[in-house]
Amino acid sequence: MVAASFKFNIDGIEVEATEGQSVIEACDEAGIYIPRLCHHPELPPSGNCRVCTCKINGRHSAACVTPAAHGMVIENDTPQLTSDRRAVIEMLFVEGNHPCPYCVASGDCELQALGYRLGMVAPTQPYQWPERKIDATHPDIYLDHDRCILCSRCIRASRMEDGKTVFGFEGRGIAMRLNVDAQGGLGETQMAAIDKAASVCPVACIVIKRHNYQVPNGSRRFDKTPIGSDIEAKRTRRQS
Amino acid sequence: MSLLDIDERILELVDLVDLDVSPFDDKKAFDRQVDVGFVEGGCSNEYNVKELREFRKHCRILISVGACAINGGVPAMRNTIGLRECLEAVYLNGPSLEGAGMIPNDEDLPLLLDRVYPSHEIVKIDYFLPGCPPSGDAMWEGLKALLTGKAPTLPYLLCKYE
Amino acid sequence: MHPVEVIEMVSFYAFFDQTPRGRNRIRLSKTPISMMNGAREVAEAFGQSLGIAMGETSLDGMFTLEWTNDIGMADQEPAALVNGMILTSLTPLDVPGIIAALRHEEDGLGLSSYPPTAAQALKLPKSNVRPSLIQAGPLLTRPVVRARGLKAALAMTPEKVIEEITSSKLRGRGGAGFPTGMKWRLTRKSAGKEHYILCNADEGEPGTFKDRMLLAEFPDLVFDGLTIAGYALGSQHGILYLRGEYAYLWETLQETLRTRRSLGLLGANICGRQGFDFDIRIQLGAGAYICGEESSLIESLEGKRGSPRDRPPFPTERGYLQQPTAIDNVETLICAARILEKGVAWFTSYGTKESAGTKLISVSGDCARPGVYEVPFGVTVSELLDLVGGADAIYVQVSGPSGHSVAPKDFGRSIAYEDLSTGGSTMVFGPQRDVLDVAMQFAEFFVEESCGWCTPCRVGTTLLKQGMEKVLAGRATLSDLSEMEALGQTVVRMSRCGLGQSAPNPILTTMRNFPELYEARLAAVPFTPLVTLHDALREAVAVQGREPLSEET
Ligand SMILES: Cc1cc2nc3c(=O)[nH]c(=O)nc-3n(C[C@H](O)[C@H](O)[C@H](O)COP(=O)(O)O)c2cc1C
Ligand code: SF4
Ligand code: SF4
Ligand code: SF4
Ligand code: FES
Repeated sequence: MVAASFKFNIDGIEVEATEGQSVIEACDEAGIYIPRLCHHPELPPSGNCRVCTCKINGRHSAACVTPAAHGMVIENDTPQLTSDRRAVIEMLFVEGNHPCPYCVASGDCELQALGYRLGMVAPTQPYQWPERKIDATHPDIYLDHDRCILCSRCIRASRMEDGKTVFGFEGRGIAMRLNVDAQGGLGETQMAAIDKAASVCPVACIVIKRHNYQVPNGSRRFDKTPIGSDIEAKRTRRQS
Repeated sequence: MSLLDIDERILELVDLVDLDVSPFDDKKAFDRQVDVGFVEGGCSNEYNVKELREFRKHCRILISVGACAINGGVPAMRNTIGLRECLEAVYLNGPSLEGAGMIPNDEDLPLLLDRVYPSHEIVKIDYFLPGCPPSGDAMWEGLKALLTGKAPTLPYLLCKYE
Repeated sequence: MHPVEVIEMVSFYAFFDQTPRGRNRIRLSKTPISMMNGAREVAEAFGQSLGIAMGETSLDGMFTLEWTNDIGMADQEPAALVNGMILTSLTPLDVPGIIAALRHEEDGLGLSSYPPTAAQALKLPKSNVRPSLIQAGPLLTRPVVRARGLKAALAMTPEKVIEEITSSKLRGRGGAGFPTGMKWRLTRKSAGKEHYILCNADEGEPGTFKDRMLLAEFPDLVFDGLTIAGYALGSQHGILYLRGEYAYLWETLQETLRTRRSLGLLGANICGRQGFDFDIRIQLGAGAYICGEESSLIESLEGKRGSPRDRPPFPTERGYLQQPTAIDNVETLICAARILEKGVAWFTSYGTKESAGTKLISVSGDCARPGVYEVPFGVTVSELLDLVGGADAIYVQVSGPSGHSVAPKDFGRSIAYEDLSTGGSTMVFGPQRDVLDVAMQFAEFFVEESCGWCTPCRVGTTLLKQGMEKVLAGRATLSDLSEMEALGQTVVRMSRCGLGQSAPNPILTTMRNFPELYEARLAAVPFTPLVTLHDALREAVAVQGREPLSEET
């Protein structure tokens, strides 16, 4: 059976979508980039970061968890939303500890790349300097909690793709942290470096050991082109 | 020091600006108002704060340059640990210490702040030039903008936090 | 189940621990109202007698002393939860007696018997919750005869019941004001193996206690309403989600349910109506304000962290256990029962055009007669103040921290969905109070209650609190204020659920309505540092034992 298709409008552009798609999925397919951080195309959405918030039919809603519907009118690329999204990115920068100059993810990091794309020159909210730990108990992977932005990608990947439940949250509010399924740290869990959960972290919290600094500065994912360029390229290709 | 990375463009620059207080000459204190000040590094002790305030007082426009000025950089690694614990770990319980250590406490040493502060948490900062260090091109972009009376904005390839 | 999932759940709730704490848990209610009534002095008295600070456990493992957020006793503060029992109107003089009783009755009063029994509570001084209803209106006029509304409903078809509720224009009393008839209709028509009706008795909004009063003083009306809703929806299962703070009501509520079963008001073929089988169970919360939000409540009922769900799907389609579910506030269900009993015309003869009926208002703070008042919608703030003996108020917080900070210039506004919409919490502050200090306490409340799921609320609430600290210290500049306002609006727009969307309200609405108070506290300079030099050097001065080189601050 072919799913029914319908149209909606985003920033004045007609987009075709099929039943069951979220707003972000339909827009990705159409080559329209909605900034996002916790969303991962191969995982069920969870709506943690709120970066993908758009004004959908007049209400602020996260595009990754909102099903696309016929006739929707969506605002995405507006100065207000860009500034709100930048503020959210800033919050993540000051909530954890993010010294990009000596971080392994630099150039390849989605948080950093969104900072660039959304025009954050420097975070100006007060830095919180939380005390967080590094978990190096696993032979192949280390967890640098300073960088964790609590996006839940690893939690979802481990539960739904790997069938393992290695990760979970602990605590609530500003004290919330990522937790692993063993008191002794990641090394005592079922985690393996080939797990989906090991490859989905948008920042440098889950890092595979001995694989770093291999791509030279200048050739990393976001060195030359802003995050989202790949999605936008689909549209430009189609138009030309 | 990133200023030197602008290479031969520095010749262009010296035609346009006067350098007042800088590491390039021996002048260490302000004796007049200047148009633009660049600050590097965060504030980790009371002396740094004093110095930064002097800059603010004498610069019409103050720019925070580089990762250390913007978020404290490497020195700020101590920020997630208390000052006392830090000093004790280094000077009293450090692995390389022989015998009982002591925390240096000379009268002339400035007192350390409880953590390393980025400059904008101490004084008002007008613009930021990120990077570790900012590239020569970024510095040049920033300077060019200021010289033409504009707010410095960096194109994608020049705005880097690292 | 994995350990990480257990910790995920346990670490979410304020009333669960991961490490052993004292056998006796003393939790003092921390709200602006309790503070105004001397909670700090009571806390100090406990601290001194036990030799511990707030948050600590005594060496013998007998006592843990801590603060907790509003426990629904705003009309009788300072109040405390002791091993689940409620103590009210405390003074420092009560403390020795309470500690002695706990030591003496150690076994009987220990955590072993939770929920607590009334017999247990009798052994504790001040374990006495005063009746809170001060003024009844048409809704609560006694005598109340059990099951009248229910019998009227069972004489109709379920569709007709929903029609009646719809034409009564009943809207949800929990705060959001969603039309109840429409909610029931949507739930009824959703396909599912089962349908569920949930009664939201989480009542976590600081300053409200009318649901507690209803459960204590009119339990049969609540269960009538719940059963009527069950009938209307085609549901067999009603669940009362009772906040953990109200565990002291457990025994009597269970007793009421037993009586109803024996009278044929619950169970199979209720009141002889063939095929209508329905029963009610009660489930306790465990200390989380967010669990009052309907989708969090469902998660919590399912034994998980109480983080809200994304909608759609709405609970009316997929709620508890993924089945169609309606969630109604305690007061809403009572209204429904009375509408069936007394008729639609009776109900709509009260209130305003968009707000039919009456509203229960929980009043606390600087007024002569705190308690619950039933008033028709449309009543103004100043009429309400006259009624409760609070005419000299300088500030009224309507609908709790997530609601509106109302200044005297707006006391002519009225309580109604179309004007000042409220779940019922009304906190009155007299001339001796510091409005911004109250706003600060509310900001702290949201920091503690943010579930953490989404960035703007998790981080934004903390940043807003820090901004407010700077204001109270007299160090905020004009640009700090505009940044705080912009940040607050970002949090409103970007947050995932009602908690984050309303968390900036105490700051944003006091900024709007009391601008002069902010101005009076401004630092008259263009910039002030995040912390003073003096504060930044305090630790070094302590470690190194000498004074800073320069005198500047
Ligand atoms: C943070 C938050 C807390 C809430 N707490 C309660 C509550 O304690 N009691 C309540 O009835 N509704 C509460 N609500 C509203 C519920 O989500 C829901 O709208 C209500 O229970 C529906 O019942 P009603 O239509 O009868 O009002 C809360 C909402 C939010 C966003
Ligand atoms: S994780 Fe990303 S944002 Fe954080 S320090 Fe590393 S590169 Fe920078
Ligand atoms: S470890 Fe990475 S993937 Fe997991 S929650 Fe943290 S930031 Fe997200
Ligand atoms: S707004 Fe606050 S309470 Fe609601 S989901 Fe986000 S973090 Fe949780
Ligand atoms: S990408 Fe949608 S909320 Fe994070």
